[in-house]
Amino acid sequence: MTEGYRRPELVCPAGTPAGLRTAVDAGADAVYCGLQNETNARNFPGLNFTPAELEQSIAYAHARQAKVLLAVNTFPPAGRFELWREAVDTAARLGVDAMIVGDMGVADYAAHSHPQLRLHLSVQAGASSPEAIRFYCQEFGIKRVVLPRILTVPEIADIHSQIPCEIEAFIFGNIGMMAEGRCSLTNYVTGLSTNMDGVCSPAADVRYEEDAARNLTIKLGPCTIDRFAAGESAGYPTICKGRYLCGAQPAGYYAFEEPVSLNLSALLPDLMRAGVTALKIEGRQRSRAYVRAVVSAFRRAVDAIMAGNDPGLAGLLALTEGHRETEGAFGGKTWR
Amino acid sequence: MEMTVGEQPGDITLGPVLFNWKPESWRDFYFRIADEAPVTAVYLGETVCSKRAVLFEPYYEAVAERLAAGGKTVVFSTLSEVVLKLDRKQVESTCAATDYLVEANDGSALLALQGRPHHIGPFVNVYNERTLSFLAGKGARNFCLPPEMPATAIRPLCAAAKSLDVSVEVQVFGRIPLALSARCYHARAHGRIKDSCQFVCENDPDGLQLRMLDGRPFLAVNGIQTMSHDYLNLAGELAELHAMGVSRFRLSPHSCDMIEVAAIFRAALDGRMSPSEATARLQALPLGAPFSNGFYYGKPGFSWTAAAAH
Repeated sequence: MTEGYRRPELVCPAGTPAGLRTAVDAGADAVYCGLQNETNARNFPGLNFTPAELEQSIAYAHARQAKVLLAVNTFPPAGRFELWREAVDTAARLGVDAMIVGDMGVADYAAHSHPQLRLHLSVQAGASSPEAIRFYCQEFGIKRVVLPRILTVPEIADIHSQIPCEIEAFIFGNIGMMAEGRCSLTNYVTGLSTNMDGVCSPAADVRYEEDAARNLTIKLGPCTIDRFAAGESAGYPTICKGRYLCGAQPAGYYAFEEPVSLNLSALLPDLMRAGVTALKIEGRQRSRAYVRAVVSAFRRAVDAIMAGNDPGLAGLLALTEGHRETEGAFGGKTWR
Repeated sequence: MEMTVGEQPGDITLGPVLFNWKPESWRDFYFRIADEAPVTAVYLGETVCSKRAVLFEPYYEAVAERLAAGGKTVVFSTLSEVVLKLDRKQVESTCAATDYLVEANDGSALLALQGRPHHIGPFVNVYNERTLSFLAGKGARNFCLPPEMPATAIRPLCAAAKSLDVSVEVQVFGRIPLALSARCYHARAHGRIKDSCQFVCENDPDGLQLRMLDGRPFLAVNGIQTMSHDYLNLAGELAELHAMGVSRFRLSPHSCDMIEVAAIFRAALDGRMSPSEATARLQALPLGAPFSNGFYYGKPGFSWTAAAAH
C-alpha cells in the first residue's frame, strides 16, 4: 500500500534554540526558524535566533542528520531592504539547508548573490496555482513550494503534476483564514503589518476586559474581537477568528472561521499520494512540551504509514486550539 | 485655456469595480464614466470572484469601446486569488488579449505577461525597490502599490521607479482591500458556501457590513475579499504623493456618484480645490462611513489624520 510513497520530510517549528533541540530530538527531519527581527513572519518577543544561536543550532541539527530551514519570508519595505539582505547573507554564510522566501526582491537577491543557497517558496508568496509556482521556479530556481492552506487534496495532486519543484504542506497547527501574504487586517487595527513587520495579532495590542458579571471581552487594539460569558473558554484574539454582527445573521457569528486548529492527520496517506513530500507543523510560538508531543506523534505516524501500519494519531486532538479541529480546505470544497 | 493631459500634475484613474453590481448598472456606470469622468485610465475586469466574471462578459466589448471613444485608456485587471481551474482559465484568457494593456494581480498573470508591457496591480506584493526593478525587467510599466504602504516606503519606491522610467499608482479613494481568502464570506453570512452562493453578494453594492459585538462598524465583506468599513481618502496627501513621484491616483468605484468623486480629486490634484474643501465635498456624498488614511502615516489603517495637522 505504501509502494511508491516517497518518505516525506517532517518539517517542524523551532521558536528558540531549546525548541529546536526538542524538535530534533523528537524526530524532526527538518526544523524551520527565523532571526530575531522582522525578516520572518513570527517576529514575536522572546522568539527566534541570533546568528550565533543559529550557527550552534545548525551544528546540533546536522550532527543528528536534521536539516535547518531559515524563514526570511516577510516583505521588506522600500528603504529598509538592508536588514533582509543581511538575513540572506547570514543564511548563506552559516550554511542553512534552505531559505524560505516570500518576497520577489529577496528571492532575486538570494538567487543572484548566493546561487548555491537552496530556496523554498514561503506560503507568504501566495502562489496557489501551477502557473504562479512555475513563475517563481523559473525566475529564482525555487526547489520547493509551501502551499497555501486553501487547497483540497485533489487540487494539490493536480498542482503536483504541473510544477517542477517539491511540495510542502501544512498538516497541523494554526489555520489562518486569509490567504497568507495578502492580509493587512492586523495593520488595519494595530499599525503593525503582517507582511512588513512579521506580526499577526501582536500580544502587546491584545486586551482582556472582564465586567462585573465576569463576562470577558477580548480586544485587539481598540476593536472588540469576541465576547465570552463567565466560564466559557476564550481563545487568543485574531481578527479572522472573531465574532461579528451582520444584517444576514441573527446574532454574533464567526464571520470568517471558528477558533479551530488544522489537523490533517487522517489525510496523511492521501497527501503523500498527492505528491506532498514535506509535511509541515505550524507553531514556532508554541511551548517545548507542545512541540515534543506533536513532533513525536507525527514521527510515529509517518513511520507507521511507511511501514504499512495504522498511523494512530487520535491523541492529537487534545493539543488543538480550543480542542477543536478541522481539515480546512484540504478536506473538500464544502469548506469554501 | 484648457490644459492638455501632459500638463496635468498626474492622472486620475478608475480601478476595477470590486463589487458584484447588476450587469446593466455596471455597463451604464462605465458608459457614464466614459462620457463624463475626468479620468485618464479605466481598469476593467473581475478581480475578486471568477464566478462573477461571466455576468459581465457580454458587456466588456461595448464598455471598452465607449471608454476608448471617451479618450480613456482601458486596462484589463486579472483575478487576484487564483486557485480553481475557472480562475486559471480567466487569467489565461485576459492575458491573451493583445488589444489592451493587462494589469497582473497574482503570480500566474506574471508568468503569462512576462516579456511584454503590462501593469502590476495592488494585489501583487511590490514593497521594495528590488521587487520593482525585477518586475520592470519582466516588462512591468506601471505599479499600483499595496494599500498598506506607508509614505516612508512610497517615497524611496518612487525614486527607484523614476530611475527605471516606470510609473507608480496609489489608491486614494474607496474602501481598502484588506484580505483575500479561498472561502466566500458573503456566502457564509447567508449560510451557504461558495459553490451554492446564488450570487448573494449582488445585494451589497458596496460590500456587506460587519459590526463588532459592541455594535461599532468594522469591516466590509465582498465575496472572498475583506475590506475596510471606512473609505480611504488621500485628498489631503495628493500634493505630497505627487511630489514623491506618484503620477497616477486611483479611485476605487463605489455606488456613490463617481463622476463627482473624480471631479473632486481632479480639482484637488490641480490645486483648484483645497484638501479641506475636497474632503468636505466627499463627506457630502452618501457614503455612510468615515474616512481613513492611517496606512499612509504608518498608523493603524482605520485611523484618520487631518491633512492640515501634519
